[in-house]
Amino acid sequence: MNLLANSSVPTFISAEKPAVEIVGLSHWFGKGIMRREVLQSISLEINSGEVVLLTGPSGCGKTTLLTLIGALRKVEAGDLRVFGCDLRGSSRKTRQLLRKNIGMIFQGHNLLRCLTAEQNVQMGADLIDGLSYRVRRDQAREWLRLVGLSDQMDKLPHDLSGGQKQRVAIARALAARPKILLADEPTAALDSVTGREIVDLLRRLAKDQSCSVLMVTHDPRILDIADRVLKMEDGKMVQPLE
Amino acid sequence: MRHLLQGRRIPLAWLLLTRQPIRLLVALAGISFAGILMFMQLGFREGLFDASVTVHRMFDTDLVLISPRSMSSISMSGFPRRRLVQTMAHPAVSGTTPVNWNFLLWRNPQTLVTRSILALGFEPTDSILNDPQLSYKTESLTKPGRVLFDKLSRKEFGPISEWYEQGKIVETEVAGKRVRVSGLVSLGPSFGADGNLLTSRETFLKLLPSTPTGSIEIGLIRLKSGYNKQSVADAISSSLPKDVRVLTREEFIDFEKNYWRTSTSIGFIFTLGAVMGFVVGCVIVYQILYSDVSDHLPEYATLMAMGYRLKTLLGVVAREGVLLAVMGYLPAYMAAQGLYALVRSSTRLPVAMDLDRSLLVFSLILLMCMGSALLAMRRLVDADPAEIF
Ligand SMILES: Nc1ncnc2c1ncn2[C@@H]1O[C@H](COP(=O)(O)OP(=O)(O)O)[C@@H](O)[C@H]1O
Ligand SMILES: [Mg+2]
Repeated sequence: MNLLANSSVPTFISAEKPAVEIVGLSHWFGKGIMRREVLQSISLEINSGEVVLLTGPSGCGKTTLLTLIGALRKVEAGDLRVFGCDLRGSSRKTRQLLRKNIGMIFQGHNLLRCLTAEQNVQMGADLIDGLSYRVRRDQAREWLRLVGLSDQMDKLPHDLSGGQKQRVAIARALAARPKILLADEPTAALDSVTGREIVDLLRRLAKDQSCSVLMVTHDPRILDIADRVLKMEDGKMVQPLE
Repeated sequence: MRHLLQGRRIPLAWLLLTRQPIRLLVALAGISFAGILMFMQLGFREGLFDASVTVHRMFDTDLVLISPRSMSSISMSGFPRRRLVQTMAHPAVSGTTPVNWNFLLWRNPQTLVTRSILALGFEPTDSILNDPQLSYKTESLTKPGRVLFDKLSRKEFGPISEWYEQGKIVETEVAGKRVRVSGLVSLGPSFGADGNLLTSRETFLKLLPSTPTGSIEIGLIRLKSGYNKQSVADAISSSLPKDVRVLTREEFIDFEKNYWRTSTSIGFIFTLGAVMGFVVGCVIVYQILYSDVSDHLPEYATLMAMGYRLKTLLGVVAREGVLLAVMGYLPAYMAAQGLYALVRSSTRLPVAMDLDRSLLVFSLILLMCMGSALLAMRRLVDADPAEIF
């Protein structure tokens, strides 16, 4: 089954441009004397289909950068374009539409507790307009098969292991056919073997869909899956050591 | 068609509610309780107003003459019987029945305790009630000192109908004078009267000698078919002196209900009871929905991060409200049916389910659930998708 068929791309999204272009992006938290610059003039580009890892010590601003790219926060200073769409001064509606094209995988799996694995994945597939319920359900099942959970479809998150939950989360993110996947330490709650399996799976499926990936990780053992590794320190990009 | 198929989604509201069955049951119990409370209070209210006109409804009449000084069935004043005779001059009038109406003390023949009973006095040959069986029984009233006892009267009047049906001669005292029960009728107690008896005017005047001669409390007027009751009532009213009031049958019934509605606090008390039920229900549903939204806040935020619109998620909460309303209403409706039957059999109040009330209570429950859902939605607006990373 071609899961990319009939995909609907909002007209403001351009396919030729890089997936993400950032120039001089800064971000502050707090007010008054508590105000702190968390991101300082960040510049980077992610091309479509590229798998990029982002590392750096805790508290250096990686998550903040991810939420900005994910259109979850307002841009305060600098330029941030996702699929050519300028996020500075963007409306709520634009950000919501853009988010439909951005897959997110969290450190905690953040699955809906009251839904089965299949239903959770279908919540992702349901975001695609113009498909019947049956097609969306079949796609959800297909994604679960691709992440190796064909026999766990009717289980609630409660009854799944950590690795299985993260697989469901990947299936859910990909089921919405995103152009870019943002993953924040997706392996943090997993043991190293399972963690390795998960990132390998993530990389393979993303490459199959020519979906870009920006993954935050602390784990030096998985750096080899990346096309490129970015390093941050204290809110600034630093050149990674070769 | 395509659009319809596309529209189908995972029933998130249903799943959110049902995956926590204990909480759902508590919520439904609360809503049902509120619903039952409203059903009972409103039912009693209507039942009491209805019960005030049990006898009024049974009169075989189109128009009714009463004294303008009469306030309600428990304080009827007399007017000259002559006025009723005068109405016969109107070509539309086909027949009249003068009725005496007063409360007398009935002695329970078993316990010898006395109790007030509504006595109606009329000429046994006249038609008085819409009851084809009655004309056979009224013959017995031509003998003096005979009464027909209402077998639906409250039990406190004694085992009259049992004794009578066993073939015993049932005699007791009414207003201190000996009477014999010569038959049974079915009227039913009303709000103002715990029991009823029918007797001839002759016996009535003997029991209540203080009644002025030629004075009656109610005049029944039957019309020939093809006449408009209201216009005949107006015509008769303008042709008679102002010492009588002419009412249509419906106006007569409303006149009595209105007294209980406006001159007593009964309506207010039961309305207040229903309002209490509503408020209790609101608090319970709000608690449930609010904690439901709070518990699932990270999940709602996740859905927003995935690209779901806030509107869609507000819709989920609204649907939870509707589901709670429907699921809470059904048991309330059924329990109320059972309780109404219980009330009917133990108090003989004519309390019954009717369409208006069932719709009213459903609307109130829906309002309660949707109002609470709206308040709970304010919590949802706090969900910040940026905070879940
Ligand atoms: N919502 C917030 N309000 C105020 N400060 C915040 C908030 N989120 C993060 N911070 C601060 O911003 C800095 C960067 O945080 P974060 O982007 O989460 O770092 P990382 O993900 O690299 O560990 C930290 O010092 C953190 O304390
Ligand atoms: Mg972080």
